[in-house]
Amino acid sequence: MPTNDNFNFRRKSKLREWFGEKIIMMCAMSALVSIALIFIFIFRESLPILTDNFVKEEVTVGKMIFPQQWKKGEPPHWAWQPTSDPPKYSLLPLFIGTLKAALVAMLFATPLAVGAAMYSSEFASKRMREVIKPVIELLAGIPSVVLGFFALIVLASVLQGVFHWTYRLNAINAGIALGIAIIPIIFTVAEDAMSSVPGSLRDAARALGANPWQVSFTMVLPAAVPGIAAGMVLGFGRAVGETMIVLMASGNAAISSLSFVDSIRTFAATIAAELAEVVFGSAHYNVLFFIGTILFIFTFLINLGGDLVLSRLRIKLQGRTR
Amino acid sequence: MNDAASLAAQPIADSAIKQHFKPKTKGYVPRALTLLAVIIIIAMLLLILGDIIIGGAGKISWTFLTSPPEQGMQAGGIFPAIIGTVFLVFLMVIFGVPIGVLTAVYLHEYTRPGSKITRLIRIAINNLAGVPSIVFGLFGLGFFIGFVGRGIDKAFFPSNQPVWGQPAIIWAALTLALLTLPVVIISTEEALKAIPREVKDASYALGATKLQTIRRVIIPQALPGIFTGSILAISRGAGEVAPILFTGAAYFLPYIPTKLTDQFMELGYHVYVMATQSPDVDKTMPILYGTVLVLLMLTFLLNFTAIMIRSRIRSRRKGE
Repeated sequence: MPTNDNFNFRRKSKLREWFGEKIIMMCAMSALVSIALIFIFIFRESLPILTDNFVKEEVTVGKMIFPQQWKKGEPPHWAWQPTSDPPKYSLLPLFIGTLKAALVAMLFATPLAVGAAMYSSEFASKRMREVIKPVIELLAGIPSVVLGFFALIVLASVLQGVFHWTYRLNAINAGIALGIAIIPIIFTVAEDAMSSVPGSLRDAARALGANPWQVSFTMVLPAAVPGIAAGMVLGFGRAVGETMIVLMASGNAAISSLSFVDSIRTFAATIAAELAEVVFGSAHYNVLFFIGTILFIFTFLINLGGDLVLSRLRIKLQGRTR
Repeated sequence: MNDAASLAAQPIADSAIKQHFKPKTKGYVPRALTLLAVIIIIAMLLLILGDIIIGGAGKISWTFLTSPPEQGMQAGGIFPAIIGTVFLVFLMVIFGVPIGVLTAVYLHEYTRPGSKITRLIRIAINNLAGVPSIVFGLFGLGFFIGFVGRGIDKAFFPSNQPVWGQPAIIWAALTLALLTLPVVIISTEEALKAIPREVKDASYALGATKLQTIRRVIIPQALPGIFTGSILAISRGAGEVAPILFTGAAYFLPYIPTKLTDQFMELGYHVYVMATQSPDVDKTMPILYGTVLVLLMLTFLLNFTAIMIRSRIRSRRKGE
């Protein structure tokens, strides 16, 4: 009975198809589930700061934000000294440190990355482009621990030799190394934005008599500005979250000063440096996870914003050509 | 310029047209400035590579690569760190690549590009790629060790000695697998896009079901891309230190990991510890440079291979 066989085969294969699709779908959900799990589990470990009375005696959100009178007779101030007695958990010094490092990194990386992106998209010959792309990929391929090592051993000594700063490891040293790490991100996004400006627009500008640099500056650059901005924002997000470079090259001193040649301690480096030594479930442990939650939410928002800007830009640029 | 010139009407003198369309001299300033940016970036890369190659090349030898550290890292080699790194990324690939590949297959074969679920998954992938690596480390500690590991211990090993609920190579590998998931997905997707429609149509025309087509046609055709993704993931995973700080890396171990629950030494972590916690920096410096060079060569070699494979895929796609 051939028809019956055929029917059986079909039913079996239909079942297999169904299972196959479900398994593949479950795998595809893993990225979504992971993001949710990351948030849930990091937040869960920082929750005792809000709920646990025992932990709240040592640290509260208010204590982390506002200046405290740590000792009698002293004026209230911010301090991050989690192992002192009493433990001090002000986040402000870490916040300032993170911001200083990211700021230096942005100031260092943005002109270089955007400039190079512009050259690659507007002026470079095909052969030159074939040099630039691999260079950027190699730069992106350097592990951050190697950049940290370079900043700690070589860059810091060079800067020290030239400028004679009090602290060998400081915000500028760490910031420059961070800048090297974020150049590839800013470059890639900015280059993508500029070269995706449609050729028809360039042709139109050229036909109106604009010379190449006028095309670039009055037409391509304004059209690509959202993309360049998105690249910078994504670079900033990476600079804030980067760990190994700042852990090795920043000096790791939680000082609330505005000087860029003081040592700094960033959020990410604080987690990396202190988590290994804390007691599982202690207030200090919870605070470190709380910092992790802040980092996660911050980078999440930055990435979401960057994505939104880029996809809108893509639609806008493509929409015009059609 | 030439296009415009050829379009211009005949009567106007050629010289007048050339005059009009001649780039103004200040047009060269932005060109030179942006070229300068490129040159500075290339110079920085060469400077970093040069310093590490010069500092480390003298140290690289067969004995350095195959002997364990001695005298508190001041002598000997880095063999355990190399083995630990290899084991770690091997496990990472086993956990991460299948999931990444199937995710890409789902996005490319089962859903429409603009559908809600696709967009949601894409947002998740992009965000996963942007989460700081130290947060992955926290997650590995909080979820894999604290939740999964301790859960297993509570269920199967009621004694007080933790077996799974402590830093171990499996937890570090899982954490890294999650971190490198976006890399695998993006590379696989690119390979899937390169497969010509006709190939799939031919498979369906022969009566193959969707699953059969995926298994027998699509995945084999996408293998180079999957391979690229895995290599890029390995390169990234081998260089990441922050996620393994608390999930299994150890400063020094007298043994090589043999069980999933063992701790391990790793090249990047080795660099970090030697650079920051060495009691005698001058003595460890040559070994430090040697280790950095090995790590850098490893990641660059992997990246280079991946770039080569990928450019071959791309040229094949353009050829279609």
